[in-house]
Amino acid sequence: MIAQLTKSERQLALIILLALTICGLAMAIAGRQDPLGVHGAIVMLAGIAGIFGVIYVYYEPEPDEARLALYYDDPTKVAIILAMIWAVLGMFIGDWVAWQLVFPNLTFDASWSSFGRIRPAHTSAVIFGFGGNALIGTSLYVLQRTSRARLPDQISPWFVLLGYNLFCVLAATGYLMGVTQSKEYAEPEWYADLLLVIVWVVYFIIYLRTLARRKEPHIYVANWYYMAFILVVAILHTVNNLAMPVSFGHAKSYSAFSGVQDAMTQWWYGHNAVAFFLTAGFLGMMYYYLPVRAGRPIYSYRMSIISFWGITFMYMWAGSHHLHYTALPQWVQTLGMTFSVMLLVPSWASAGNALLTLNGAWYKVRDDATLRFMMVAAVFYGLTTFEGSFMAIRSVNSLSHYTDWTVGHVHAGALGWVAMITFGSIYASVPWLWKRERMYSPALVEWHFWLAVAGLFTYVFAMWNSGIIQGLMWRTYNDSGTLSYSFIETVVAMKPYYVARAIGGLLFLAGAVVGSYNIWMTIRTAGQPVDARAADLPVTQPAGVPALQPGE
Amino acid sequence: MEHETTVWFAKSFGLFYLIAMSIGVVVYAYWPKNKTSFDSAAQSILDPSVEDKPYEAKRWQ
Repeated sequence: MIAQLTKSERQLALIILLALTICGLAMAIAGRQDPLGVHGAIVMLAGIAGIFGVIYVYYEPEPDEARLALYYDDPTKVAIILAMIWAVLGMFIGDWVAWQLVFPNLTFDASWSSFGRIRPAHTSAVIFGFGGNALIGTSLYVLQRTSRARLPDQISPWFVLLGYNLFCVLAATGYLMGVTQSKEYAEPEWYADLLLVIVWVVYFIIYLRTLARRKEPHIYVANWYYMAFILVVAILHTVNNLAMPVSFGHAKSYSAFSGVQDAMTQWWYGHNAVAFFLTAGFLGMMYYYLPVRAGRPIYSYRMSIISFWGITFMYMWAGSHHLHYTALPQWVQTLGMTFSVMLLVPSWASAGNALLTLNGAWYKVRDDATLRFMMVAAVFYGLTTFEGSFMAIRSVNSLSHYTDWTVGHVHAGALGWVAMITFGSIYASVPWLWKRERMYSPALVEWHFWLAVAGLFTYVFAMWNSGIIQGLMWRTYNDSGTLSYSFIETVVAMKPYYVARAIGGLLFLAGAVVGSYNIWMTIRTAGQPVDARAADLPVTQPAGVPALQPGE
Repeated sequence: MEHETTVWFAKSFGLFYLIAMSIGVVVYAYWPKNKTSFDSAAQSILDPSVEDKPYEAKRWQ
């Protein structure tokens, strides 16, 4: 794979890796009294490992010109494998956290395994590790196909992919050592944030350079979503992480914001991370893989444009609904609430567009588990955005906020929408990428689908019940006007739901393990008998049905 | 800038530019002339005659 690089690209790779090693060494020396030193060592080791990898193939013959007539898919392949590794790891940690809430002794009396440290390790591993790698991989795939142009060079995609994964490793290991800036979904400290800024700018440049050479004058809508994802995440990440380190030798930094401004900046970031990382990016995935897998054009291309601009402009203002009943001015809260309710329009336009694309092809959804993953994703996208708009209303929020309902809502989105569309897209693209006729075992795809659906429903129903009971118990007063339940009584009432939630998570994790095995076996085994795997092909059109046009 | 001024600006200018933008987007999406390029874009990802290869005329490097 590294041998695909030309001589000059190998030299450039060595220079970048050498610079990385020196940065790591400097961090390790300056931060030797601090967790920063450990991260310096990790960065340095990553750099050295990369240098060895490049030197190993340095004198191999250069790749021939024929490669330029093909798409450059090696980074996408590696990204998909990394995404599945992060998925299993992140979901395992998540289920462990879930069991800790049932059996608190599962911390095993260590500081690194306490709830407060492994919970962000779970969220970062699944959102950034699994989701981020899947987005990088699929975006490079979709970008090349829709532009009909090869990636501009062979170094920058690797820089983005491997640099991004180094960021994820620094994030996860940092939490276990207690390194955090205490901003939800933006926990990594300043040096990791700087790395991500550089990586992200290069990612955006790859996109622009490839689009500049596209064949079609019109840019396919999936790319709009992917670009909004890249551009806005860069803005959010930079502003929310403005901070002053204690010194260059310390991991600790202090935010540029304080008080309610800090809270508002954080939730402007936090909700737009949901909007642009977990929504726009995955909508990009959906607008490419769902029509292709179903063999039908998107129902309404116009509607996809309108919902694109609706989502990009309205989400920006919704973050303040995380701060109802706080020191934030009332009108700013109301603004966030109003925009959240309005967001239902573009959100349902997207969900409806996806389902209407499938309308008339339900036999394909029935027979093809890969397409079924995408269908469930569209349904849960619609459900979760409805629920989100509803929960943003101040009076609803007074019941739901700080309860497990929020956790249920997030997982309806993360498991039902993000993970489902990702698994569907991965199952669609793995046979294309590795030039296999189909997945190794269509039966295992079915297993994964049903494990994921069972886990998803168990999880969200447990948390919906738990959250509403919790919220109601917190606001129940007795005749003398004091609270009826002590806090610990509400915790005891949660326990059965926590057990159910942990079981749901376990089912979902089991599905991801089955999926990883299936993907691995698809990559490993070439030339299998055709009939055994035939069910995993996209279902073809029955004879006599005319070719489909967009729905208008 | 005073808090009151900021609030006034956000509530007036913010309202009008968002309305203008919404109208602009709808006009763009429903402009009759754009329909052909939208339809061909929707079909472009499904075209079975297209090989899974980059467009030759603009080969990179």
